[in-house]
Amino acid sequence: MSRYTSVTPDDLRAMLAEIGVGSVDDLFAAVPAGLRLDRPLDLPAGMAEQEVYGHLRDLAARNVSAEDEISFLGAGMYDTYVPALIDSILQRSEFLTPYTPYQPEISQGGLQVMFEYQTAISELTGLPVSNASLYEGPSAVGSAAYLAKLANGRPEVLVSRGVHPHSRGTLRTLAPGYGQRVVEVPLGDGVTDAAELAARVGPDTAAVVLQQPNFLGAVEDVEPLAEAAHAHGALVVCACDPVPLAILRPPGEVGVDVAVGEGQTLGNRLDYGGPSFGFLAATEAHIRRMPGRIAGETRDLDGRRGFVLTLQTREQHIRREKATHNICTAQVLNALAGVIYLSWLGKRGIVELAELLLRRADYARRALTALPGVRPLHEQPVVREFALALDAPVGAVIERCAAEGVCPGHPLGGDYPEHPDGLLVAVTERRTRADIDRLADALGRAVAAERDPALAGARA
Amino acid sequence: MSAPAVQTPQQREEVLTIWQRSRPGRRAFTAPGAGVPERPIDELLPARLRREAPAELPEVSEPEIVRHYNRLSKRNFDLDTGFYPLGSCTMKHNPKLHERVAALPGHARLHPLQHPRRAQGALELMWRLERALAEVAGLPHVSLQPSAGSHGELAGVLLTRAYHADRGDERTTVLTPDTAHGTNPATVTMAGYEVVKVGTAPDGGVDLDDLRRKADERTACLMLTNPNTLGLFDPNIEEIARIVHDAGATLYYDGANLNAIMGVTRPGDMGFDIVHFNLHKSFTQPHGGGGPGAGPIAVSDRIEPYLMVPRVVRREDGDGGAEYDLDADRPKSIGRLRGFQGNYGVFVRSYAYIRSLGAEGLREASEVAVLNANYLLALLRRPGVGEHLPPAFGERCMHEFVLSGAPMKRELGIRTVDLAKRLLDFGYHPPTVYFPLLVEEALLVEPTETETRETLEAFADAVAAILAEAAEDPEVARNAPYTTPARRLDEAAAARNPVVRQPLPA
Repeated sequence: MSRYTSVTPDDLRAMLAEIGVGSVDDLFAAVPAGLRLDRPLDLPAGMAEQEVYGHLRDLAARNVSAEDEISFLGAGMYDTYVPALIDSILQRSEFLTPYTPYQPEISQGGLQVMFEYQTAISELTGLPVSNASLYEGPSAVGSAAYLAKLANGRPEVLVSRGVHPHSRGTLRTLAPGYGQRVVEVPLGDGVTDAAELAARVGPDTAAVVLQQPNFLGAVEDVEPLAEAAHAHGALVVCACDPVPLAILRPPGEVGVDVAVGEGQTLGNRLDYGGPSFGFLAATEAHIRRMPGRIAGETRDLDGRRGFVLTLQTREQHIRREKATHNICTAQVLNALAGVIYLSWLGKRGIVELAELLLRRADYARRALTALPGVRPLHEQPVVREFALALDAPVGAVIERCAAEGVCPGHPLGGDYPEHPDGLLVAVTERRTRADIDRLADALGRAVAAERDPALAGARA
Repeated sequence: MSAPAVQTPQQREEVLTIWQRSRPGRRAFTAPGAGVPERPIDELLPARLRREAPAELPEVSEPEIVRHYNRLSKRNFDLDTGFYPLGSCTMKHNPKLHERVAALPGHARLHPLQHPRRAQGALELMWRLERALAEVAGLPHVSLQPSAGSHGELAGVLLTRAYHADRGDERTTVLTPDTAHGTNPATVTMAGYEVVKVGTAPDGGVDLDDLRRKADERTACLMLTNPNTLGLFDPNIEEIARIVHDAGATLYYDGANLNAIMGVTRPGDMGFDIVHFNLHKSFTQPHGGGGPGAGPIAVSDRIEPYLMVPRVVRREDGDGGAEYDLDADRPKSIGRLRGFQGNYGVFVRSYAYIRSLGAEGLREASEVAVLNANYLLALLRRPGVGEHLPPAFGERCMHEFVLSGAPMKRELGIRTVDLAKRLLDFGYHPPTVYFPLLVEEALLVEPTETETRETLEAFADAVAAILAEAAEDPEVARNAPYTTPARRLDEAAAARNPVVRQPLPA
């Protein structure tokens, strides 16, 4: 008997007798003898709870987390502060342990959370309908492109090189399956090149995919790009960082048809990349082809207000091969963190937070670009993140900074060969002025050392 | 019977959203000081790019937020409170240790783009979890990347497409049994294939003749669950694999029902090429009211070149130690299906579970899951229940079983939905209803291994009591539930005129 089961020898005898078999083995009679595993699984023996804790703690100790260094890593996920009330509410069994709310009478809490979450996403994006969450950011971009394919059936999706490399990668993986080709639109001075976009968009374009702010941190002027897409009947999909949306023109006001994004910064931990949640909101026209769960308001038998999963005829469990998407399990608990976080920030707090990011990012950008050998990669406005070009090998610079307890950011060369020594630096509300000053010191020393022929390449 | 005059506290309370509790000027958040020189916003962000009206988020204090969501939580039923025999969903206990270890800052605050040299613990954990899942599946290669079962299915079908394409073999159809989970056919469509349905034989297994007729040079893949959604292990699985492989197709294992067979038999040994795991089912990630989960896949050697990037790799360092890394340089890979490395927080929990149970514990989990299901099935076959809710296929099952409510509907005048709703008043989450589709008035029951004998007996008694009650007066069940936070809800009205967000005053 393991600690999670409770069949005593007496239970076993009584249960087998009731079933009418002699042993547990008899219950597996349908498994052909040749397919029975004739040995134990080759796995370590089970451990006591405290031993498992110790092992997982030891593994954790071999990671350098944002708890251990001053980190300016971003590029899609950010070391934001998660308020204590989120931990407390998310650990409630009533939110943590139920399944998808197939029985609405006993799932009103979860369904109302979805409804409130949808309201929050709708407000942030300026679009009327939101679903109840998707897996995470880049796959949400893929889901939006699939929605465009369902909407107009066209064979091509145009994606800006300012869109996260993981989102572009996901599109390239998924699109051939449902018969779309993916064509990239280059950047000019850090933002989507409007002339290049206008030259490429046409009657074959199902959707134009943008990101706001884009991967290099630059705020895109979305409206003219959206107009160019709409002129050819293409949909506009925009992947948005949700907190900057507090101060940027909302997607719904600048011609975006489908806004998606990564929700991690809304009250979710880094967790080495997940679980977080993806969001997807759209214009009214697309509600019946949206992917995923949607909660809707209704009344119960006694006339009281209540909530249900609605428009389920879009979904796989009803429509099977004719469903608008295959998603079943989404990220409802993470979306709960999202709506609690947005309530915690509130109408004014989210603007204050976004402006704080704006100011600290500006301070950091000025401090770093004042260093010898460090230039801005573009001059566009930014909110929380900006790109630099180093006159030194970025990998070696990062290692020197790491040795001083500072992670200066994410190297761009892997995804942007045109910027081999590019560095993407993210600022969050957890990075104080003192942290930024320490980054400037470390980065300045590291770049100087790598530019000094006598020191370059030597271990920091 | 009319509704009881007294409402429960959860019913009495007016249903208000957090927006309706908002009052101008209230707040929970205090911004830290910027600590940097205050430049005018106009200089940082031109006005034409800026939002004019703020997003209408709620204005509430911390105590109001806590109370609001705690009250909402009390309007949910959950696994920690009661029995949840939801078929196909494997609602087993979620150990509390897992929440503690997942929250360790070394895991929880690790950035996904941290250099692999400084994420060795995370990569080792992923590598070890991959090895454990490979052993359970009986297939050598694992990718943890997919975020849910259906995401793993999509990976599997795209891998199949890449495998055939690489051999210059254009195939157009995917076979799915008519008993399949809805995600299977939906996935097939998203991956650009056409669904061809395979019938079910009278014994509940795949109809072999139908399969032989339909498996041909157009067939890319057969997607199969074994045990299937009827809770039956298909004893012809070796023959099925032979037919599919002879047609040149791949065999895909939907791992939703893996909880029946861990350590007993392995999909790889049965002949499957690709397997997905639902870590939120067999490996006990809490369901969270609809996620998060994770849907890793295991594959055979011939599928391995196409696996998603990045892969976790281990390199021996020569001193008995090893270094772990991420490898994205794989020319035949289908690419990536999402950002970063997957739902790592889920991996931590499932890895902790596997280390707690070990080989013996995993096998025991499956054995007790099957024992519990058969015991509950036996109790429900007793007179009083068995004649109204007979098993749809045979008297034995694996980890779950299907009952048909057809006699109940005919003789007692209540449908499966009525039984399900009345179970709510007895404090149970009902089984899955109206699935699988080929059983009339179906009820799919999966008790899991973490339930006690007494719980199973009490549940069987409750079903018997409801049926006895229905024999007296079917109206009681037809109007149930009575004691829940809400009574039956008008789903048709919700779909006719969708209200999907809180309307706000202009």
